[in-house]
Amino acid sequence: MPKNDYVIEAKNLTKSYGSTEVLRGINLQIERGTMLALLGPNGAGKTTTVRILSTLLSFDGGEASVEGYDVVKHADKVRSVIGLTGQSAAVDELLTGRENLVMMGQLYRLTPQSSKARAQELLEEFDLVKAADRTAKTYSGGMRRRLDLAVSLIATPPVIFLDEPTTGLDPRSRLSMWAIIKKLMEKGTTILLTTQYLDEADQLADKIVVIDDGIVIAEGTSTELKSKVGNDRLELTFPNAGSMQKALGVLGKKVIDSSDKDSSATVVIKDPNVDVREVLDLLAAKKITVDSMAIHKPTLDDVFLSLTGKQKSKDKKEKA
Amino acid sequence: MAIELVFEKKPKWVLSLNDSRLMVKRSATHIIRNTDQLLGAFFQPIMFLVLFSTVFGGAISKSLPPGISYLNFLMAGIIVQTVAFGSTTTAVSVCSDLQKGIVDRFRSLPMANLAVLNGHVVSDLFRNVISTLVMLITGLIIGFRSHASPLHWLYITGILMLFTLAFSWLAAIVGVFAKTVEAVQWLTFVLIFPLTFASSAFVPASSFPRYLKAFAINQPITQVVEAVRALILGLPVGNHVWLAIVWSLGLLAIAMPLASWLFRRKTSQ
Repeated sequence: MPKNDYVIEAKNLTKSYGSTEVLRGINLQIERGTMLALLGPNGAGKTTTVRILSTLLSFDGGEASVEGYDVVKHADKVRSVIGLTGQSAAVDELLTGRENLVMMGQLYRLTPQSSKARAQELLEEFDLVKAADRTAKTYSGGMRRRLDLAVSLIATPPVIFLDEPTTGLDPRSRLSMWAIIKKLMEKGTTILLTTQYLDEADQLADKIVVIDDGIVIAEGTSTELKSKVGNDRLELTFPNAGSMQKALGVLGKKVIDSSDKDSSATVVIKDPNVDVREVLDLLAAKKITVDSMAIHKPTLDDVFLSLTGKQKSKDKKEKA
Repeated sequence: MAIELVFEKKPKWVLSLNDSRLMVKRSATHIIRNTDQLLGAFFQPIMFLVLFSTVFGGAISKSLPPGISYLNFLMAGIIVQTVAFGSTTTAVSVCSDLQKGIVDRFRSLPMANLAVLNGHVVSDLFRNVISTLVMLITGLIIGFRSHASPLHWLYITGILMLFTLAFSWLAAIVGVFAKTVEAVQWLTFVLIFPLTFASSAFVPASSFPRYLKAFAINQPITQVVEAVRALILGLPVGNHVWLAIVWSLGLLAIAMPLASWLFRRKTSQ
């Protein structure tokens, strides 16, 4: 079997629909047994990337390979080593959970006996034994996602694509999905996860690639990305939008984010002992009152906001 | 703990055939579980047969050759009409598979992609056999009598199956093209309704105005109806049998590769 350093590799992938550029040169490298999270808002190109890497979609430029197999020239080989789950794939609603699993197993070229035995194992592992012989149509959202994931694991492929596996799930189902994904990682599966939830990437992934508008805007571990944004944040909430605007005038460049709706502003602080006092003094000098304030560590949300914010201002400069 | 997984080691064409078998099983399960559709496949032919024979029977029997009852005349027409409309199911199934993303799941597997289409077409054939049997039994109850020998019934079965396959593959094209299931329904209706009514399915084509007659006697549905009718009634078959076979094979030869090509193209953009 041909092997190279990376299990999943994409080089300068481009894809357009007419004049709309969906991918503008995506580069990805995923090492064996690790999880990479592709993080981005709706329409960033996450699903398009997954569909290309899982052989479902053609692309205009660049190269893509999985387990060393070119996704175009050796699509069949790629298909026998991957499992795909999430919004790019589905289960058959008129078949029962068990029937779905057994059928997909046989389509993965498992023998009927292996397929049945493995289906039973997965039903137990994914807590679907009671619902095994009901049609998938009757499943709840969480159960359907679990079945969907189980189906893609039927032949224990070494590479799994999880395309927004928890979008639209309630918090409890989401946690149980995370637990299942963590187990998969312990078994050494190589995973490409797409998500629009920063905490999901933070919780699960070894490496995060942030994409927006079809290009990679940042990559690294969750810690690395957070350190890019750096310091703690002080969030100030004002009685009304008017006093918030006044505060913006006073604090000037210190403010990194503000919201008219919540009458709030966020300030970066380097040393809590000095900077908080300084901000409050500045506000007090102009008789601006503060309703509440809170200090928090930077989250991936902050990373994302500052990255995409920068991206957008760069766009403006280019146009200007 | 972990089970040892055993993979099939058979040649590729055997595995591809097995993919189609699995897809037929899937589509057949859909037919059985989709109760509304199943009831339709059961009651619609009964309704058509009873209504047509009683409503039109009196008026039309006068223009039929002597000694042939309208019910006996109608049987071939109503079977072909039901089979033609039944092909809509293939179109609907193909369209809804494409919409729901299950086709993407199949495409991510190392399976033969066209097995999905084969599955729908073949299971449609099963459903049409059931519909036809229901109609024949209903017909027998309300007075239908045939002079066909067992060999003739074999011919009839063959002709109808070939025709059903041809129409199901045509319907698959509509299913790939249409964006919604609703669109499939009106599109197939607009295509099939004129074809079945501007034929000799319900009345002898000899009563049509000249231009319509020219169309009616040369179109495939009339050929299939006339062939089946002649065999059922024990009348001379003339050119109808081989024309019916040529038409069906011809349509099949065009529709099958075209549907497959369109399906492949649609799913890999």
